[in-house]
Amino acid sequence: MFEELSNKFDKVFSFIRGKGKVTEANIDEFLREVRRVLLDADVNYKVVKDFIQDVKNNVLSQNVFTSINPAQLIINTINSQLIKLMGEKRTDIHFSNNIPSVIMVVGLQGSGKTTFAAKLANYLRSKGRSPAMAACDVYRPAAIEQLISLGKQVNIPVYSDDSKDPLKIAQNASDYCRQNFKDTLIVDTAGRLAIDEEMMREVETLKAELNPTEILFVVDAMTGQDAVNTAKEFHNRLDYDGIILTKLDGDTRGGAALSIRAVVTKPIKFVGIGEKLDAIEPFYPDRMAGRIMGHGDLTSLVEKAAEILPQELDEKKLKKLEEKLNKNKFDFNDFLDQLQQIKKMGPLSQILSMIPGADKMLKGREVDEKPMKKVEAVITSMTFKERENPNILNGSRRRRIAAGSGTTIQDVNRVIKQFHEMQRMIKQMKKGKMNNFLKNFNIPNI
Amino acid sequence: MGFFDKLKQGLQKTHDNIFNKVNKLVYAKSEVDDDFLEQLEEILLGSDVGVQTTEILIENLKKRVKTDKYEYSNELNTLLKDELKKVFSEGNGQKTQVFKITKKPHVVMIVGVNGVGKTTSIGKLAHNYKNEGYSVMIAAADTFRAAANEQLETWAQRSGAEIIQLQQGSDPSAVVYNAINSAVANNHDVVIIDTAGRLHTKVNLMEELKKIKRVVQKILPEAPHETLLVIDATTGQNGLNQAKEFSKYIGLTGLILTKLDGTAKGGIVFRISNELKIPVKFIGVGEQINDLQVFDKESFVKALLED
Repeated sequence: MFEELSNKFDKVFSFIRGKGKVTEANIDEFLREVRRVLLDADVNYKVVKDFIQDVKNNVLSQNVFTSINPAQLIINTINSQLIKLMGEKRTDIHFSNNIPSVIMVVGLQGSGKTTFAAKLANYLRSKGRSPAMAACDVYRPAAIEQLISLGKQVNIPVYSDDSKDPLKIAQNASDYCRQNFKDTLIVDTAGRLAIDEEMMREVETLKAELNPTEILFVVDAMTGQDAVNTAKEFHNRLDYDGIILTKLDGDTRGGAALSIRAVVTKPIKFVGIGEKLDAIEPFYPDRMAGRIMGHGDLTSLVEKAAEILPQELDEKKLKKLEEKLNKNKFDFNDFLDQLQQIKKMGPLSQILSMIPGADKMLKGREVDEKPMKKVEAVITSMTFKERENPNILNGSRRRRIAAGSGTTIQDVNRVIKQFHEMQRMIKQMKKGKMNNFLKNFNIPNI
Repeated sequence: MGFFDKLKQGLQKTHDNIFNKVNKLVYAKSEVDDDFLEQLEEILLGSDVGVQTTEILIENLKKRVKTDKYEYSNELNTLLKDELKKVFSEGNGQKTQVFKITKKPHVVMIVGVNGVGKTTSIGKLAHNYKNEGYSVMIAAADTFRAAANEQLETWAQRSGAEIIQLQQGSDPSAVVYNAINSAVANNHDVVIIDTAGRLHTKVNLMEELKKIKRVVQKILPEAPHETLLVIDATTGQNGLNQAKEFSKYIGLTGLILTKLDGTAKGGIVFRISNELKIPVKFIGVGEQINDLQVFDKESFVKALLED
């Protein structure tokens, strides 16, 4: 997410970091670069203009010329302005005391409304709600079938009928919820290729009659300058409660998020980050700004690890590993253990995107998980004795391992070499050379 | 006034036809000055043309003004149009070229990211080929998205094309294999392949596209005759990455620019044309079956400026 923006920021920042003192001309030059970065990221040009002006005023008012570390001052200012622009705090979804709480999903065609509806239902159920969905897009061919099919995949009921009347479908769905003890109804509405009067009137009627607790406006993260127009138009007519950003798993820089948030001042509530129905994440403005700035998102990573670690890594195991590390006895068993831990945390690319600096190495490319599998295969083809005592791995043993794991001797050699590198890194780490450790962490070669 | 208020005020103005603004701008000013160029820059940026291409366009315009000494509004208008047209490579084009079929079956592969209007464009494209008197078969190789088959079936019925499909979740290459074989056996003129929407950064899914292409070439070595990337007019600068990646994996012969009936201007095609030299072949201007038009840079630029 936002990797490229982070990269560009980094480039510009390293330029200003190289200067001890700055002049106003320096700042202007730097801000011109920042402007290009933001424009390239699809932030609306008017938003950019105001943002740059704001940063400049802010920086100048902080005695930047006499500051000991002007670069840091400017960077911090941009960071805090970015967070401000994206809405400082995380805002959750609201529910009403009435049954059901109605959540209406609106947006243009192709923004990902229907998929999001199913993802949200799935997510809310994991948070203890009992959701149902109403298929009210009666226009797009097969839209109702799509929602029904998605509902089946996550095992959440979808209400629809042949009435071709969105309001009637929604009302019946609401009755269905009351009869079947569903406390939350997610209403998927029709989208158009572009804003049109008919669609707007229809959603307005739905809003008036259903009295929804939440109206969520779905927008494609790849949208360009037009995003603010659509967002504003929907906002004027519906006064929605939150924004959903979809398709953020690509390499889009998602500048539209910044623009929309700034123009309609509604919070971004969720982001869609993949095709699978659990690929939905709450939106955290501060973390996202951190990502843009290239600081990585360590908070998310730690949380993710915390979800897995309690079951997987008991105290004893941890202690044992620590002891081994202290005695320089890190062997292939531990290596394999670590690999499997990492795998449990989710796709490698997702984990790496949260590590500061890692996205720079990735540059928006997807991480190939195959090499990891290969490493696993090689290790599991070793005998226990070999795993504990890698030094006995001679030519004939290596040949056998290659045959057993379906790899080549070169592959086996590479794994062994990597293992030794890792051992060396651990030694360095113990000496407190964390920086060297990170430098040696060459992802594509895992 | 706070930051947000300023911003809101700035965006209050309705975003009417962006190139209309150029027109007004041009007639209001009789000479090229910095103010004019700055306004022009905003207009181009605001329609997703992108920083780089905008800078190039403005530089070119400045140079032209210097050498050709165009100073008055109507001349400037012509000049601007000229520069905009220049960005489009040759091969943006004539109707006869677009529908020319050299060999039967003529295979057209449609690709793109999710939600850009691939399936709809295919329906319209099938209709166009039908109107030219060809028999059309559609291969429903989007076996991933829920209910994609049903949606395509509706479009096939509307356009009167035949359709080959397997159930959801089956191998898209298998659908394509069946379709091409059947088209050869039944002597069809055109085969249009619908593929599942995929983000261009997903290596596995891009490899899958490559495989589909390989399967096509197993039966017809010179196919696909056209590989068209569908781009949504609302797409921002990411459109360039899309075009780059799809091009890298399977090679593109052209673009279909959809959803041009909204407020979005599709300016990203200027950048794609300029940097990658991939021609725009069709534009989608509505939701009806005959709303797909052959792209013509003359009228595209003209319509944008004189609307």
